This record gives sequence, structure tokens and C-alpha cells, in this order.
Amino acid sequence: MKIHNTTGGRIFDAANYIFLALIGIITLLPFIYVSAGSFANEAEITRRAFFVWPEQFTLGSYEYIFSTPAFTRALVTTILVTAVGTLVQLAFTVTMAYPLAKKTLRGRQVILSLVVFAMVFSGGMIPTFLLVKDLGLLNSYWALILPAAINPFSLIIIKNFFQELPQELEESAKMDGATEIGILWRILLPLSKPVLATFALFYAVGIWNDFMSPLLYLSDNSKWTLQMYLRQVTASSDLLGTGNVDPNYIPPEQGIKFAVIVVATLPILIFYPFLQKHFAKGMLIGSVKG
Amino acid sequence: MSQLTDALASNIGHGQGPGTDAGKSSKPRKPPKVPRGKFSVHFAHYKWLYLLLVPGVVYFAVFRYAPMYGVSIAFKDYVPFLGVNGSPWVGTQHFQDFFSNPDFPRLLGNTLILAFLNLGIAFPLTIVLALLLNEVRLSILKRTVQTLVYIPHFLSWTIVASLSFLLFALDFGPLFLFLNNVMGTNIDFLSDPNWFRPLIVLQEIWKNTGWGTIIFLAALATVDQDQYEAAIIDGAGRFRRVWHITLPGIRSTIIVMLILAIGQMLNTGFEQIYLMTNALNRSVADVFDTYVYFVGITQGAYSYSTAVGLFKSLVGIVLIFGTNALAKRFNQSGLF
Repeated sequence: MKIHNTTGGRIFDAANYIFLALIGIITLLPFIYVSAGSFANEAEITRRAFFVWPEQFTLGSYEYIFSTPAFTRALVTTILVTAVGTLVQLAFTVTMAYPLAKKTLRGRQVILSLVVFAMVFSGGMIPTFLLVKDLGLLNSYWALILPAAINPFSLIIIKNFFQELPQELEESAKMDGATEIGILWRILLPLSKPVLATFALFYAVGIWNDFMSPLLYLSDNSKWTLQMYLRQVTASSDLLGTGNVDPNYIPPEQGIKFAVIVVATLPILIFYPFLQKHFAKGMLIGSVKG
Repeated sequence: MSQLTDALASNIGHGQGPGTDAGKSSKPRKPPKVPRGKFSVHFAHYKWLYLLLVPGVVYFAVFRYAPMYGVSIAFKDYVPFLGVNGSPWVGTQHFQDFFSNPDFPRLLGNTLILAFLNLGIAFPLTIVLALLLNEVRLSILKRTVQTLVYIPHFLSWTIVASLSFLLFALDFGPLFLFLNNVMGTNIDFLSDPNWFRPLIVLQEIWKNTGWGTIIFLAALATVDQDQYEAAIIDGAGRFRRVWHITLPGIRSTIIVMLILAIGQMLNTGFEQIYLMTNALNRSVADVFDTYVYFVGITQGAYSYSTAVGLFKSLVGIVLIFGTNALAKRFNQSGLF
């Protein structure tokens, strides 16, 4: 189309391009400020309103946080919980999706209906908390993993994916004497690598970013995850009137807050190219249809 | 949602096709795929599949359905020592207490104001941003802007709140220094109750507006291009084309997204509100979700807070069915 050759159209295009470029930059500003601040010293942070590059480049804030046991423990814990949690959640989801993809399996209909019902209705915060408490999972890392072990949406999408794979593959494997578990492990899983990677990312981001579960289930602050630690560090002490903060806590210097935010954001930014690609697709699978 | 109903519908009419394991079948007339007859035979045939099903079924029973049963404590006086079953029934006592509590109108007001601010500001902004992106013909610019504005969606609310704490902080925050040095004034954004709602809406816009455009951009891509050419020949300008072709073209998507947003209206986002709540702004910050936490978890009023949570979810269900019926009445497709 060569219609927007009119003057009005050109002016609109130029204004639109500039405006959108500004939106993009404004979105980035908080990151730029925080990453620049994490490499600056205390005096510069409190003096300069905004800067893209520190006058005096220092790694002091990072050296400090990595020397405190509370931070390193929270970081290592979060990485481990995210890794184990992602594997556990993916395993739960895949093992349930595979039998449900078999249209001839009896009882499948009932189970699928119950899964969908669980997407609409939930017990809510308190009954779930009481359950976790009764199971003895308070202050256990399993409380961050098990209550969210299967996302019903992911389950149904993976199930649909298995259903669409060619039946002949399974049948020929069966002729060769493979059991269903063997078929799942040796034939279906290798074929579904991209799909599984997508949902692994989905679960990993969910666990890494989770704040509500550790808030509810981990009262012991030596077990806190990075998000809990981040909150304690960045909420200045006079603002905390909402409980769940260590009373012996001394608010840190500003530069440390900047460095902790950068460390908590970094994994998401590293995986962002994959996230953007797969999540955009995933979002469209579930929603746009009419 | 519609994906789901389709998935379900396609499953309802499952038949039994020609099969592989004729030998094991209980009815050996034709080679049937699956043993028809007794369940025990069927089960023996599919034992590995049933075994694989066990962890998932146990998960749903324990972590999804047991809490649904646990909701019954909303009508009981829950005593941890007696458990969900043993605690005595009190009928609708907790609901009556809640509705007569002065907290109730305040929570309802706070929740609704935040919901309407999000619906009235963040929702239309998403559509506007999608329309602007859709007008971009320079694909590198479009892709770059999209890449940038999607980032915040993946960050946790803890990070969003922490960034806010730094940007709006007293004494050293960029905004404070700017206002102080340039205008000679200062505002305590973080604890002034008047700034709570603007901050929440601003965070919501920063975090989710970009990501929200994906669905609208997908819908915009399906608008018939011939219509634009016809409109151009008729002399329609840029804005008239958007108004008369583009917007009607994505009307059903807008309505579906609006229904979903209204259905989620009372879900103000526990993490976001909790993180931005402090001792000074509680009067405007308290919403149903955070109230359930403060009263239930920190004060231990389990039954009462479960009743509050149940009330909230019931209203949410009424809202989503109500708006859907309304959309159908105005001759739109609706959601289900």
C-alpha cells in the first residue's frame, strides 16, 4: 500500500514512531537507573537524580551482598528450588497428560472434567494454607513446589499436543514390545522437546518470581527465597508495618538494594529471548479464537 | 476458554477404533482396538497408563479438591485441633459478621476503585498501544518496541515494587531529587495514601500493557486488508479507517478481553497490593485479597477469612457470567 504518502499520513507516522520509541525507552528507564546505580557509590546515588553511567565505577555493592550469608543462601536456595521444582512440576504434568491423551482410556472424561472444574473454582488462600500446614509442609521447600505442581492449562495443552502426534509411531513401537512408559520416554518425549522446553520455562519463571508461597509457607527467615530477601532489603524500615520482617533487621545502604534487584532480574533477562518467543505463542493458544 | 471447551467437546465423542491387541480382547469377533468388556480386562490392558495417571490424580485430589472441601470452614468455627470435619457448624455467622463490619464497605470501595481504574485506564491503553503498533510499517521498529515493552511482564511483583521503592523514595529517589531541585517541592509518594492508587495503576501499566497488546495485535492481523483499500478509494483518512474498519474488526476480541477483565475485577493481585501496603496507607490499600491474608494468616481468624475469600470468589463468578450474558444480549459473541 502506498497510501500514506499524504502529508498528514507522514506526519502521523513520524509522530507515532517517535512516540513508540519513547515508550520503549521509558519502559527501560527503571532498569537503566538500577543497573547504573548498582555500580555507583553511595554518595553518587544520593546526589544524582538519574544517571546512565556512574562517575566512579565500583563493584562494592556486589562484593558486599555476595559476602553476606543471608543473600548467598537465598540465591542458592532459589536456584535449587527453581531447578528441582521445574523438573518435579514438569514430570507431574507430563505423566498425567500422556494417559489423558489416549482417547480410549476409561475414566478419562471424568478426570478431564475435574481438571477443568479446578481451573474455575479453587479453595482459596486460607483452606490451601491449612492443608499445607496439616501436611506438615510449613517451612519446607516442597510447599513452594507441590501446591502448584500441575498447571491445568499447561496440562491440557500438552495433552492436546500428545494427541496430535501420529499414532503410527506408537503402534510400531508396541509391535516391538515397548510398554506405554517406554513409548512415552523414548518416543514421545524426544518429539516434544520444544513444547516441554516452553512449559519448563513457564514453571521456572513461576517459581523464581513467586512471592506469595514463600510469604505464606516460609516463616523461618533462614529459609527465605530471593524474592523474600529482596523485599526485606528494599522496603525501607519505616515503611514496614505489615509484619513478616525480621525484627533484628538493619536497613542496608542504598547501593545494596540496587545490586540485589539486578541479581534477581538477571536470570529473567538472560532467558528473555526464549520467554518472549514461546510465551507469546502460548498466550495465543489459549485465548484468541473468535 | 474456548480452546478448553473445544478440547472437551472433541473428547466427548470418543469412539473405539480398530485395534492392535486382538489377542487380549475379550470379544474376538473382529480385531477391536481396546478390550471392550469388563473393566478389569481394560485395566489390565492399560495398567501402565493408569499407573502414570496416579501422581496427577493424587495431586488434584490433595492440592485442588481438598482445599475446596476445606472451604466448608467458612460455615464453621474452625479449631485447628478439631480439624475441618470436627469443628462445629455456625451457619452464616461469619458472613453476617463480615457484612456488618465497617471493614466491609471500605474493602469493597478500595477493591472496586482499583478495579475501575485498571479497567478505565490500563485496559484502553493496551488497545491504543496495539493500534499504534499496528500502524507501524517499519518492522524493525515494531519488533524492537515490542521486545522492550514485553520485558516487565516477566518480572516479579517484588521487583516491580522494589523498583518503585527506589524510584519514588524520599531523600535520594530520582523523582524526589528532581522535584526538590527543580520545583522546590517534595512528595512522599510511597506513604501518602493519595498516591497509593496512582502508583498501583502506574505499575500495572508498566508491567502489563505491553504484554496485553499481543492478543489485540493477533486480532488486528486478521482484519480484512481489502476493506482498507476500498476505504482509501472512498477517501477515508487514517483515523476514519481505524474508527470504521480496524476497531469494528477487533470488536469481538475487545469484548472477550473485557469480559475476562471484569470477571477478574475483584482479583486485585495479592502480591502487588501486599507489597505496596504499609502502615500509613492501609486505609486505601486494603482489598479483599490482602484482608484475607492479614486477618487469616497473621491474626489466625481462619473461618472468618475463608468466608471473606468465598464471598469474593462467588461475586467473581457472578460477574463473569453476568457480563457474558450482557455481551450476548447486545448481540455479541460472548465467551461461552
